[in-house]
Amino acid sequence: MLHIVACIKQVPDTKIIKMNPKTNTMDRASAPAILNPYDAHAVEEAVRLKKRYGGTVSVLTMGPPPAVKAIKKCIEIGADEGYMISDRAFAGADTLATSYALTKAIEKISQIKPVDLIICGKMTIDGDTGQVGPGIARRLDMPPLTSVNKIKEINVEEGYAIVHRKLEDGYEVIQSTMPCLMSVEKEINEVPYSSMTNMLKAARYQPVIWAVADLEDVERTQLGLKGSPTIVSKVWAPTKPSGGEMLEGDAAVQTEKLLNLLLEKKELFAVKGGSAVEL
Amino acid sequence: MSEKFDVIVVGAGPAGISCAYELAKAGVNVLLIERGEYPGSKNVMGGVLYRKMMEDVIPEFWKEAPLERPIVEQRFMMMDKESAVTVGYKGMEWGQEPYNNFTVLRAKFDQWFAGKAVEQGALLVNETVVLECIVENGKVVGVRTDRPDGDLYADVVVLADGVNSLLAKSLGFHKEFRPDEVALATMEIIKLDKKTIEDRFNLEENQGTTIELFGDATKGILGTGFLYTNKDTLSLGVGSLLSGLIKHKIKPYELLEYVKNHPMIRPYIAGGEPVEYLAHMIPEGGYKSMPKVAGNGVLVVGDAAQLVNAIHREGSNLAMKSGQFAAEAVLLAKERDDYSEATLNHYKTRLMSSFVGQDMKKYKDSTHHFDKFPQYFDKYIPMVNKAASQMFTVDGSSKWEKQKKIWRDVGTAGEKFKLARDAYRAWKVMK
Repeated sequence: MLHIVACIKQVPDTKIIKMNPKTNTMDRASAPAILNPYDAHAVEEAVRLKKRYGGTVSVLTMGPPPAVKAIKKCIEIGADEGYMISDRAFAGADTLATSYALTKAIEKISQIKPVDLIICGKMTIDGDTGQVGPGIARRLDMPPLTSVNKIKEINVEEGYAIVHRKLEDGYEVIQSTMPCLMSVEKEINEVPYSSMTNMLKAARYQPVIWAVADLEDVERTQLGLKGSPTIVSKVWAPTKPSGGEMLEGDAAVQTEKLLNLLLEKKELFAVKGGSAVEL
Repeated sequence: MSEKFDVIVVGAGPAGISCAYELAKAGVNVLLIERGEYPGSKNVMGGVLYRKMMEDVIPEFWKEAPLERPIVEQRFMMMDKESAVTVGYKGMEWGQEPYNNFTVLRAKFDQWFAGKAVEQGALLVNETVVLECIVENGKVVGVRTDRPDGDLYADVVVLADGVNSLLAKSLGFHKEFRPDEVALATMEIIKLDKKTIEDRFNLEENQGTTIELFGDATKGILGTGFLYTNKDTLSLGVGSLLSGLIKHKIKPYELLEYVKNHPMIRPYIAGGEPVEYLAHMIPEGGYKSMPKVAGNGVLVVGDAAQLVNAIHREGSNLAMKSGQFAAEAVLLAKERDDYSEATLNHYKTRLMSSFVGQDMKKYKDSTHHFDKFPQYFDKYIPMVNKAASQMFTVDGSSKWEKQKKIWRDVGTAGEKFKLARDAYRAWKVMK
């Protein structure tokens, strides 16, 4: 039976988060924690595959105890089981250390039930890197299929999956062996309003929580801050563009004014591979 | 398949949570349904939580609940355009256990409180709207939610769905409220440095002040304003009857802007940054607007039952008490295995014989009275201000002359009579 693991993360809602103007870091208390929106689509896709092919959907997260909420959200969407790894030793992890820790957890989940497919959201909205998914795939020696916007077919028995990968100007169709890892785009599906049955299940649900000691063959030096070579040297909040110019007059006058403006400030409207033409 | 619970509580505010908490504690299988993202996310109140009734539910809650400041001073400001007569009381006994009351921010507090009910075993489902009660053979047997396979059944449904209780209305327990039965309150949470707040309000750490604003705070329209100190924010708001807003053609946010710029208020909030804007209706119709509160398989609690004492800005405490009484009635009904109105009416009896019912009755005419006679707010408060100004301005005239002038300024003999009559009437509705 198909066993899908969806990796998810609880993130601060970056749409409303405030930046600390002194340290240029996110003021996490200023925004509620939500399930990373891309991950909701990942879980939904897993649930849809379950409906199509049968099987089980497990979700996995790494985080502090309140992140249980994000797992419950996934149960609302329709996931069957939730696993969380939570330990002080994981704190301060960058994408390298995170993918290592999640890999160890997936290995443990595989012992309970072999994993056929791992699905991640394209990226988290607080880090925006999109590196953790491929990081897990590399460590588990699975093909990473990124930017997936459609899963055409999966066949566990014969061990292949066919997906569409989003490109700048279209999509490509890729066939991969299974097990594999996919990270999905938002447009892959729409997350529907959860049923009452799932809501009640989620309200009652308690995930399995593992500490470092519960995982096997863990090299502690690869965890948390110690295992994170990333250095954030500078963070700044981009300045918001302000103002704008209104052009008055009838259409002809406005057009003329606009053309003059374009000529005056042609560097602002430079097109890659082209050049402004003198009139 | 639709699940059946012992009790479904609709709405996770103080009334609903108290009820669910008590029931869960007694081992009852209770489901609490909240339409907001989490309990508190849609709930609004100026911010005073009364210790006594909260303590009746959770003893020594102040040791762990997310509270802002214990209130050590309560002031009442009667405002004119550029002046105010203020009375108040500050006492250190309120600054220590068991305290008198606290300022709270509901988004935090309700979430915590609901968490306590869940700890007791209540099941909480958020982001779900209850569309209607399921009625079979004249008895409420469950609720229909807006979710797929969303019908749920219970022996008793407790309606704690707030001021505009659509569910109680759909059961025919009350009619659409009139504009003179509900107030609209708008408020802002204004961020200020902790130290600045303590300096401006003459407070030490972990002490708070509440100021109630009358008169020009609402441009003379019947209503009140309030300014409360939180840890590092201030809550500033105004509320007035919908009928008053309609009559004076004032938009609620205009009233809030007005009070923010009032010279008596401006200095308190100067330099502060508004971080939240909230608005909510408050049931102020009082006793006469109370709906039917018990039916076959159904109880109505809190704001949904119009349990607000507008004169004393009390509501959450009445709500909690009503939630507890409702839980009591459910336990009785469970014991008798009879969920008919006759048994559940135990709730109404308990409610009306408690301080909740007593106070609702005592002030049954007050809002209507002050709504009917606007002179208290638009005339007498300015008069008191002028009198105070007269009396305390040292200008060489004798105090006797000053008193005579104040009395003369009241107006003709007819107007003096009116003043005396209004004073008597006000005393009558408040006594």
